[in-house]
Amino acid sequence: MTIRTTVAVIGGGLMGSWTAFFLRRRGIAVMLIEKGAVGAQSSGVNFGNIRLQGRHKNQYKLALRSHALWEQAETMVGEGCEFEQTGHLYIAFGPKQDEQLRIIVDEAQAACVDSQLLGPNEVRARFPWLSPTVTSASWSARDATANPRLATPAVARAARALGAVTMENTKIAALEPHATGFRLRTDDGVVIDCDWVVNVAGAWGADIAAMLGEPVPLFAAGPPQFVTEPLPRFILPSVQAVDDSVILRQVARGNVVFAGYPRGPSDPVSNRAHVQPEKTLAGLRNMVRAVPALASAHIIRVWSGIEGYLPDMLPIIGPSATTPRVLHAFGFCGHGFQLGPGVGAVLAELIADGATPTPIDAFAITRFRDAQVTASSKLAAEFDPALVGRA
Amino acid sequence: MNVVIVGAGPAGIAAAGVLASHGVRPVLVDEADTPGGQVWCRFRDERAVDTLMRGEASHYRRIHASFDTLRDRIDYRPGTLAWAVSDRTLHVAANGRADAQPFERLLLATGAADRTLPIPGWTTPGVFTLGGAQALLKGQGCAIGRLVVFLGASPLLYVAALQYALAGVAVAAVLDTTPFHRKLHALPRLASDATTLRRGVLTMAALRSRGVPIRHGVCLRRVLGDGRVTGISFEADGREQVIACDAVAMGFGLKPETQLAELAGAAFRFDTASRQFLPAADGRCSDSVYAAGDGCAIGGADAAEASGALAAYAVLADSGAAVPERERAALRRRVARLRRFQRGLADAFRWPAHWIAAMPDDTVLCRCDCVTVGEMRRAVRLELGPREVNRGKAITRVGMGRCEGRFCGLAVAELIAAECRVPLEDVGRLRAQAPVKPLSLAMVGEA
Repeated sequence: MTIRTTVAVIGGGLMGSWTAFFLRRRGIAVMLIEKGAVGAQSSGVNFGNIRLQGRHKNQYKLALRSHALWEQAETMVGEGCEFEQTGHLYIAFGPKQDEQLRIIVDEAQAACVDSQLLGPNEVRARFPWLSPTVTSASWSARDATANPRLATPAVARAARALGAVTMENTKIAALEPHATGFRLRTDDGVVIDCDWVVNVAGAWGADIAAMLGEPVPLFAAGPPQFVTEPLPRFILPSVQAVDDSVILRQVARGNVVFAGYPRGPSDPVSNRAHVQPEKTLAGLRNMVRAVPALASAHIIRVWSGIEGYLPDMLPIIGPSATTPRVLHAFGFCGHGFQLGPGVGAVLAELIADGATPTPIDAFAITRFRDAQVTASSKLAAEFDPALVGRA
Repeated sequence: MNVVIVGAGPAGIAAAGVLASHGVRPVLVDEADTPGGQVWCRFRDERAVDTLMRGEASHYRRIHASFDTLRDRIDYRPGTLAWAVSDRTLHVAANGRADAQPFERLLLATGAADRTLPIPGWTTPGVFTLGGAQALLKGQGCAIGRLVVFLGASPLLYVAALQYALAGVAVAAVLDTTPFHRKLHALPRLASDATTLRRGVLTMAALRSRGVPIRHGVCLRRVLGDGRVTGISFEADGREQVIACDAVAMGFGLKPETQLAELAGAAFRFDTASRQFLPAADGRCSDSVYAAGDGCAIGGADAAEASGALAAYAVLADSGAAVPERERAALRRRVARLRRFQRGLADAFRWPAHWIAAMPDDTVLCRCDCVTVGEMRRAVRLELGPREVNRGKAITRVGMGRCEGRFCGLAVAELIAAECRVPLEDVGRLRAQAPVKPLSLAMVGEA
């Protein structure tokens, strides 16, 4: 069977679903191809932070654009995904982290994000459930959260309603560029002829890039995550230690969701990301350190995800350096959920208009070809040493 | 040799006994505070043993006596939850502390839990699982109500109903969802264990002689009551009927507790007779990990004892110790015969899986998160909806609560398979994740 389309989007995660959605709004034929189920990988199992403050300074324009789209996402797709403007709170323990936090606030304010620095007394007054050992915090009211399990399928359904074709349980076996476009072969023998390829395959994005002769130093990892039984709601904002040892939020139905570093290994081949029990115990300690009242709670479930990471902790977004009419957007290093709709809009513009007003040069794939990429300091601090050795 | 056994029921105690008699001092971890597992759970008041256990009283005493003589030769750790397995380490929590217990070989004798079937009203206070009703009576000396209906598809309905009657509780009825002719049909296989068969028939007769109504082939409609059980409505002999009661004990057979085996890397196969995934083999189930008893295949307490001893011999043989081959062969024959009997029972008391497909939309499917049958149906019918149980969990929250799908999982699979019109094995099983039971944050101590 041969199918003809204009754009083949490889990867039915949040990025791919939004890309398909915005392409259909421009009337461009698109096929969304997913090796498993739509939104089932890290798009569906991430923490659910739609965090605006604390982005890399080159990422604020894209993040602000994406945030505005998130704020109308439920209306645009016609389904709820528990989007809630909870606000986001970075917390610091001690002078060194106070200083890190000051830099975050300065950079956010320079990018027109309303992030406010709170001293210890103000933290105590506004968030009395936080540990008294918290020395400062930064508050960004516009930040939000959503339920990742629900968001991507909702966007993919909306793209379908606009005319996108979706194929689940379909792997790309071969990608053959030719003079006027591409021929894709799926593992079940379907041939797809298209003009454009969009590689939004997450932790598997490097495999697709390799088919085009573009190796990138991507590695898979996942943070240990867990959730408590439902408790009366007393935590409204999303809370994140500035050293990322604790990221927690309480959902409307009462469960407290936790993620925290160091990230552990996950296996994109077997498709599994087991949480080591020691990580769960360390996470529990860190959570109680930040919110002592949680010491009496029970955790009921743990999970992780298969996320794609790059050594400078920045994603790859933009055109392929080897092959015209290929766009990449993968390796979001654990902070892609907030960027999803913005990236989808940008990729659709690159195809429909040939350009985008949103600056994305800092994320070009060429950075791995042209220069020695400096590894982020987060690499040593936030990952199991064995993982970083591999990177 | 460092062997850790999880579970101090018939299989775990038998395994510990074999190991101890071969000079190995195993660590025996058990969640309960007293040994015996569910079936031989220690009575709060030993005077009730003869009254309630009747013909089984001597067996009960033998098990506990053998445990008492064993106690000094094993490292027994009651009140200890085994919540995860990884890298030859069993993660446990006890007395408010989390701890790591390394092992060279791990023997899982985790037993079984009640299989439940969601019917309208089954989450009304006053509804208990059959095993819960028995555990309360034996372990705590209290009844689940003053006027109790026993319902479901299980031979244990009769056993538990008689125990309640003997304890002086009024039994309103035994409502058996399987027709009587199914039991006759299963008789040839049930004859493989004539003693147990005879005991079963006598149990039914004893209930009848006490005037307890027994109904076969009933179709359950709804547990009645607003905030508290007041009765049960059902259909039998072609008409709707109501029986008043203030408590319901519900049992649809058993479901092996396989979470630790899965975390330890056991392979699973689909068992068509019991319509669930089970560890592919008992004995050795993965590298250095062994499973025994009802935790890998439902066989009852006697089969569990034999299977526990067999698994212990497998541990010894794999460690290079000499083991009595003739005794092993006899144990294998015994386990096979007793499990054949259990398969006969599964046929005689077949779980009415087809009911789930027809359950009204407002029936609660997942009681932890109050997800209804209708919510799952709507999710499956949506475009890009779930076709597999773990996806069904991600979209609807079934199996995400305190029980992690231990109680709703089998019903969820039946519902998704029915909605998708695919064979049950195609929708898979809920993957186990640690902690296998809720773990207190206070366990981890100070940072």
